[in-house]
Amino acid sequence: MTVIAENKVNFTKALAPTQLSVNKSDIEKALLTLENTPLPTTRTEAWKYTRLVKIGKVDFQNTQASITSIEPYKIIDSACTLVFVNGYFSEEFSSNVVPAGVTIETLSEVSSNLSATSIKLENEIFNATNTAHLNGGVKISISAKSVVETPIQILHILNGDNVISNFKTIVNAEKFSKSSIVQGFFTESGEANFSNCTSEINVEDNAFLTIDKVQYESEQSFHISTEEVQQAKNSNFTINTFTLNGGIVRNNLHINVNGENCESHLNGAYLLKNKQHVDNHSIVDHKVPNCESFELYKGVMDDSSTGVFNGKVFVRKDAQKINAFQSNGNVLLSDNATINSKPELEIYADDVKCSHGSTTGQLDEEAVFYLRARGLSEKSARQLMVSAFIGEVLEKVENEQVLEFIHGILKDRFDWNL
Amino acid sequence: MIKIENLHARVEQKEILKGLNLTVNAGEVHAIMGPNGAGKSTLASVLAGREDFEVTAGSVDFDGEDLLEMDTEERAREGLFLAFQYPVEIPGVSNINFLRTAINEIREHKGEDPISAKDFMAMVREKSALVELDSKLASRSVNEGFSGGEKKRNEIFQMAMLNPKLAILDETDSGLDIDALRIVANGVNKLKSDKNATIVITHYQRLLDYIVPDFVHVLFDGKIVKTGGKELALELEEKGYDWIKEELAAAQ
Repeated sequence: MTVIAENKVNFTKALAPTQLSVNKSDIEKALLTLENTPLPTTRTEAWKYTRLVKIGKVDFQNTQASITSIEPYKIIDSACTLVFVNGYFSEEFSSNVVPAGVTIETLSEVSSNLSATSIKLENEIFNATNTAHLNGGVKISISAKSVVETPIQILHILNGDNVISNFKTIVNAEKFSKSSIVQGFFTESGEANFSNCTSEINVEDNAFLTIDKVQYESEQSFHISTEEVQQAKNSNFTINTFTLNGGIVRNNLHINVNGENCESHLNGAYLLKNKQHVDNHSIVDHKVPNCESFELYKGVMDDSSTGVFNGKVFVRKDAQKINAFQSNGNVLLSDNATINSKPELEIYADDVKCSHGSTTGQLDEEAVFYLRARGLSEKSARQLMVSAFIGEVLEKVENEQVLEFIHGILKDRFDWNL
Repeated sequence: MIKIENLHARVEQKEILKGLNLTVNAGEVHAIMGPNGAGKSTLASVLAGREDFEVTAGSVDFDGEDLLEMDTEERAREGLFLAFQYPVEIPGVSNINFLRTAINEIREHKGEDPISAKDFMAMVREKSALVELDSKLASRSVNEGFSGGEKKRNEIFQMAMLNPKLAILDETDSGLDIDALRIVANGVNKLKSDKNATIVITHYQRLLDYIVPDFVHVLFDGKIVKTGGKELALELEEKGYDWIKEELAAAQ
């Protein structure tokens, strides 16, 4: 354990090595990264607009804790709801009625070593921390041809000061299966706690998988998640990410479109206030021809909040007939709010249809006046316009209960009354 | 209904209204005509409460209340309606959703219960028929992708939904073909009663063939300089505004 004690990043020094069956060579790679890699600064291109100093200063702990009730965190009513507090499975609050065709194991139940991860460990200190100090995880398999009506709900709750949850989600959506997963991230109490998550998602031939993520931690919490998605031919993958609270939030979404005739949908909405910081980084990598990807992220920033959008679409050589669309829209409600938006296309094929765009603006004051002239209060007028703006993303969510839950948050946190 | 006295208003240090007087009683239709730059739209904006305009002197009494002390939404809730010269497109905000919110906020202001969904929809059907507005348009995003005529019909549809005491139509006729003009004017006429009043701001006499005014005022250089009956509009149409200017110059 001398290796850990000597590493360059301080925030992991109090953490115990993982007790889970993580692949041995992954652990070695992760430890090497932690040994050699300093905390990224804003001089590191991938972290140009996200300052990590606050995270670097904390001595994080892995500690188990409980919560008083799961009710406030239930996004949907699902008989298959798994609850993790600080990354540790909470049997008490979970209702683990596993739908037919689905196998769910917590990583503490998995005895054979995991196969080598697809998550990048070199130079990536958060992924490395997650691997070397993994304290919880879940492995979900949807068997071939299973159509699972019940969404699988995974709820993550942070509780306590300086707690880190290093969590891994593994999803295998086998051939011709159809399923959906709802993930929620919350803070019960505590300051400077941290969800540091990785996900490895495999969408096999002809499989359909939808993930709805609701991030609603506290303004004192940190959240970094990395999703590595592999799509095989004819598959359809959708991920909707809603960031409604969190101090520093970074989402890394990496979609590898490995097979032909795939569809990928990436939607995101972020509503920030006070000093929140949310950074969405995505990569859609079209490696083969005849695929489509659609990316829509919209943000509303108030007070001194800052947002970052960095979306990259690669179309590799010979990946012809790709339709790739990417759009990022932002509304700044305050003079002190900031957005850094960088849509990027890298195209090496010549027969493709790709577009990207980024818009940033303020609410149209003429429209606000128009609505007020019809009797709406200024607050209602602004809410109506903000909700219309974000509505385009909310429309993408098929699960009505997820939508309802999000609307509840908009009412609680943003005082929306629509 | 409304009594405007010695109203002075400016925008960015430029004085536009220079002592305007106008009284409108319930049951009356007043037309305000005048050359470009006379201050017609400024008057509409000031009455609706647009914040770019600063009132420097004068008073506006609206049914016993000081209109100038009210916020834009308060004026609307008290029964003032402005049909915009350039109705704004608001993508994503549904026409009827926002109208329901508006109606309910107005009702709340008056201490009434919210309108039921059933009554509201019945009202939408009835009032959209009044201006021959396709009910599909009524439920689309506010003015988004509407033609010029549809936008103006939508203004009158909203007016019908909100049932104001005083409606100010700001150049509602501009850019309308004769059919749309007739539909819009018909809508306005059907909404007329002895309890409400209408101020029609226009550059052209044509609209006044359809919405017949009780009084025609000429607004020039920030003041009402001449008032007459509907025949004054015809005279203006025929002779333009120069003779008014000459009359004024002679008087000085």
